[in-house]
Amino acid sequence: MSKLHIRSTINGEETEFLCEPHESLLEALRNELGLTGTKEGCATGDCGACSVILDGRLVPSCLVLAAEVQARTVTTIEGVATGDALHPLQQKFLEHAALQCGICTPGFIVAAKALLDRHPNPTEVEARFWLAGNLCRCTGYDKVIKAVLDTVAETRKAAV
Amino acid sequence: MSPRTFTQVGTRPIRHDGVDKVTGRANYGADFTLPGMLHGAVLRSPYAHARIVSIDTTAAEAAPGVKAVITGADIPETNAKLMLGEGAIDLHDVGDNLLAHGKALYNGHAVAAVAAVTADAARSAAALIKVVYEVLEPVLSVDRAMAADAPILHDNMATKGQPGANGPSNLASRMELKRGDLTRGFADADVVVEREFRTATVHQGYIEPHACVARYGEDGRAIVWCSTQGPFAVRDQCAAILSMDPANIKVIPSEIGGGFGGKIVVYLEPLAIMLSRKAQRPVKMVMTRDEVFRATGPTSGTKIRMKIGAKKDGTIVAADGSLYYEAGAYRGSPAGAGMMCALAPYRIPNFLIEAFDIVVNKPKVAAYRAPGSPMASFAVESVLDEIARQLKTDPIDLRLKNAASEGDLAPYGPPYGPIGLKDILEAARKHPHWTSPLGKNQGRGIACGFWFNAGMNSSASVTLNMDGSAAVVTGNPDIGGTRVAQALMVAEELGIPVERVRPGVADTDSSGFTDVTGGSRVCYATGMAVIKAAEDVREQLKARAATIWKVDPSAVGWEDGRATPPAGTEKAEPLSVADLAAKLSHTGGPIIGRASLYAPMAGPAFGAHICDLEVDPETGRSRVVRYTAFQDVGKAVHPSFVEGQIQGGVAQGIGWALNEEYVYDRNGIMENAGFLDYRMPVASDLPMIETVVLEVANPLHPYGVRGVGEVPIVPPLAAVANAMRDATGLRFTELPLSPPRVLAALEREHEPVGAGTGAGQGGRR
Repeated sequence: MSKLHIRSTINGEETEFLCEPHESLLEALRNELGLTGTKEGCATGDCGACSVILDGRLVPSCLVLAAEVQARTVTTIEGVATGDALHPLQQKFLEHAALQCGICTPGFIVAAKALLDRHPNPTEVEARFWLAGNLCRCTGYDKVIKAVLDTVAETRKAAV
Repeated sequence: MSPRTFTQVGTRPIRHDGVDKVTGRANYGADFTLPGMLHGAVLRSPYAHARIVSIDTTAAEAAPGVKAVITGADIPETNAKLMLGEGAIDLHDVGDNLLAHGKALYNGHAVAAVAAVTADAARSAAALIKVVYEVLEPVLSVDRAMAADAPILHDNMATKGQPGANGPSNLASRMELKRGDLTRGFADADVVVEREFRTATVHQGYIEPHACVARYGEDGRAIVWCSTQGPFAVRDQCAAILSMDPANIKVIPSEIGGGFGGKIVVYLEPLAIMLSRKAQRPVKMVMTRDEVFRATGPTSGTKIRMKIGAKKDGTIVAADGSLYYEAGAYRGSPAGAGMMCALAPYRIPNFLIEAFDIVVNKPKVAAYRAPGSPMASFAVESVLDEIARQLKTDPIDLRLKNAASEGDLAPYGPPYGPIGLKDILEAARKHPHWTSPLGKNQGRGIACGFWFNAGMNSSASVTLNMDGSAAVVTGNPDIGGTRVAQALMVAEELGIPVERVRPGVADTDSSGFTDVTGGSRVCYATGMAVIKAAEDVREQLKARAATIWKVDPSAVGWEDGRATPPAGTEKAEPLSVADLAAKLSHTGGPIIGRASLYAPMAGPAFGAHICDLEVDPETGRSRVVRYTAFQDVGKAVHPSFVEGQIQGGVAQGIGWALNEEYVYDRNGIMENAGFLDYRMPVASDLPMIETVVLEVANPLHPYGVRGVGEVPIVPPLAAVANAMRDATGLRFTELPLSPPRVLAALEREHEPVGAGTGAGQGGRR
C-alpha cells in the first residue's frame, strides 16, 4: 500500500500532497495539509461541518476521496477571506452573533458562499433549504439566516 | 439595589474570538497535534448487557504500529466521590464507564483501548482484541428494570431512600418532595386531570465529537489538551481515577464545539493519559459520531405520571406525580432535579412528587441543559393545558393565577427572591403572537419552564497593560459568548472601550480554580469574579493616583473612568486609566486585579413560550410555523448572545418534542447512531425564533444578572405538544411527536384535522 501523489489547486495555490488511497479529502486537508478549519462532525455527510467548494460545487469533504481532487480546484474556509479583508459573510456572521461555539461556522460560511456565488438573491426559504445540510446545535439558525440575508441585502445595496 | 446606568454592558460588540472562528483558525479539540504523536482507538461492546469472560490482547499488541493496549484491569478501583458541576459523581462508576471491568452494561461500553502510529493501525488493532462475552438479557425500560424478575445490572446496588428495600435492585434511589395534605387538596378540586407521559432518550448533539491529546512524561506529570466544559473537572477526575496527584496534571482547554452538559464527565482523557504512560509518547483520541451517540451521555428517557387538581376559578389545589427516570448504566439520573423543577413555577398548597432513579442498559446519562427539568415540565404543562380546556379558561390566565412570585416558597424549600414569571406571562398575553389568527391545520400552545441556575466556585484575574488596555483571564471555556461578556464587564468597571479588553480562557496552571462552564453560571458567578477583579484594579489605580497627588488613597474618587482628586488638591486633574497606566513603572509597577468567590445561590430563571404548529394530516408531519420565547434574564450583558442562548435552547427543545430519540432494537442495540437517523432540527425545519427578553434584576449579582442558557430548553416540549393538541384535538403523551406516531393517532381517531377542531385556546382565532 503506497501513498498517492496528488496535485490540485487549494485556495488558489498549486498544492501537492501524499495520501492513502482510502483517505478522505477531509482527512487530507486536516492531517496532510494542516487546514484544520474544515471540521469533522460526523464523517458521514450529514452535518456539513466539513463543507468545501470543489470546482464550484458545494461538497462535504468527508465524502470525497482525497485522490479525487487531482487537477481540480478546492476552496476551504481558509480561502474565503481575501488578504486581510474578511468576506462579507464572515463580517455579517460576526455582526449578527451568528455563532456560539463556532464549530459549525466554517461549514456554514463555505456553504453560504457557495449559495451566494450561484444565487446572489436567495429568499429566506431558499437560504434555509440550501443550508439544511449544515447542522448547528447552538443558534437555532435564527441569527445564521439573518446574517446570510443581511449579506444579500448589503451586496444588493452596494450593486445599485 | 439602586438602578445603575451602564455605558457598555447591554451593547452588542463583536466577540473577541470571532475572527478566528469565522476564518477557521480557532483550534478545537481535534485540531491539536504533537510531534511523535500516536493515535488511540477504543474497542466497544457490541452487546447491551454481557459478562466479560475474558479479554485477549495478544494479537493486538503484536500488530504493526501498536505501542500500547489497555483494559479495565489498568484502571485502579476507587470508591471516591467528586463534586462536579451541579452534583457529586461517583468515581467508581466513572472509572467503570471508561473501561468496563466485569460487565459491559450498554452497547458501546468501552472494553479496551489501543495506541498506534496511525488512527487506521489503532482501529485495526482494536478489532484484533478477542473478548469472550456471556450475553445477558438487556434491561431497556424503567418498567422492565423494576419488574420483580428483571435482570440486575449491579449485584451490589441497593435502593437508597426506599424504606424496607434490601438486596440488589435496578432502582438506585427514591426521593420525594411534599407539602400540605394531598387528600384534602384533591377533595377541594372541581377538576382533576391525570395522565401518564413518556419521553425518549435524547442526546445533547454537540457538533464537535469528544477529542483530546495527552502527554505523560518521565517525571510523572501529564498535560492534557482537550475540548471540555471544565478543565479543572477533567484534571480532578483524571487524578482521582488514575490515582495521580492533581498537581501533576495540567489541562489546557481548546475551543469547545458545543457541550450542553455533555462535556463535563471524562470519556477519553484518562485513557489517553494511560496509553501515553504505557507508550511513552503523546496520544490523541477523537471519537467518531457513532461513538458519541453510543457511548457518551444522553439524557434520560422517562415515564411520568402526573395528576393535578384545580378549583373552578383556576386555583390549583393539589398535585401528585411520580417521575421514573432512566439513569443509563449507572445511578445518577436527574430525577431529583426534575422533582424539584416540576411544580416550581406555581404556588401549590398540597403536593407530593416522588422521583425514581433507575438503571437500564443504555449509556450513562450526562447533564443536558437544565437536566431533568424539561421532561417533568412536559408532564405538568400538558396537564395544565387540559385543565384550562376543561375549565374553558385561557391557559395564560390559568398560569398567571397560580404563578409564583417573590416571597412564595419554592417546592424545594426556600422563598423566591424577585422573579419575573408573572412579568413574562403578562408580556406573553399582550404579545401580538398570542392573538394572531391561525391557519388551516394549525394549533397554538403555551408552556412555562423553570431552572435553578448555579453559582459555585469562580476565579478571575484582570491585568492592566502599560498602554491602558487590559486582559481578563478565567478558567471557563467559552461555549456561547462568555468571553465578550466578561470583557464588557471589565470595560464597564474601568471605563475603557471593550475592544481594549482582551478576554482569555486559561489552563489549570494559569487560572484560579473555577467550576465548570455549566449551570448557567459563567456570566453570573464567574462574571461576579470578573467584576470584583476589575474593581480590584480600579482600587489599585486609585491608590496610584493618591501617590501621584500625595493624598490619602481613601480620598480619591472615581468618575467616568477616571480617578478624581479630593477637592482642593493643587495641580491635580482627573487621571484616566491610560494616564495612570503610563505611570505604572513610577508608581509601584504593574497591576493585577484578582478575585475568587463561592456563590452559594443563584437567581432562578423562568421562561414562557408560545408555539404555533402546523400538522399535515396526510403524513403526520408537523412544522413549527411561529415561535416566541419570553424570558426573565435579570440583566442581558450582551443581548445578542442572550437571544442566541434562548433560540438555541428552543431549537433543541423542538427537536426533543418532534423528532429526536434513541431507537433500540430488542437486543438493546442503538439503531440510529448518526445524524441522518437521529434527526436534529435543520435550518429548513424552523422559523425565526422571536425572543422577548425581560430584565427583573437578580439582587445576588451586582448588575442583576441571572443565568440564561438552560431554562429555554424546558418549555418547548409542552408548548409543542399543547400546540399539537390544539391543532388535532388529540392529547399526545409520548415524545417525540414524529410523523408515524402522529399519523397513527390521527388515523385511530378518524378526526378531521383543522383549526377549530380543538377546544380552542379561549376562542382565540
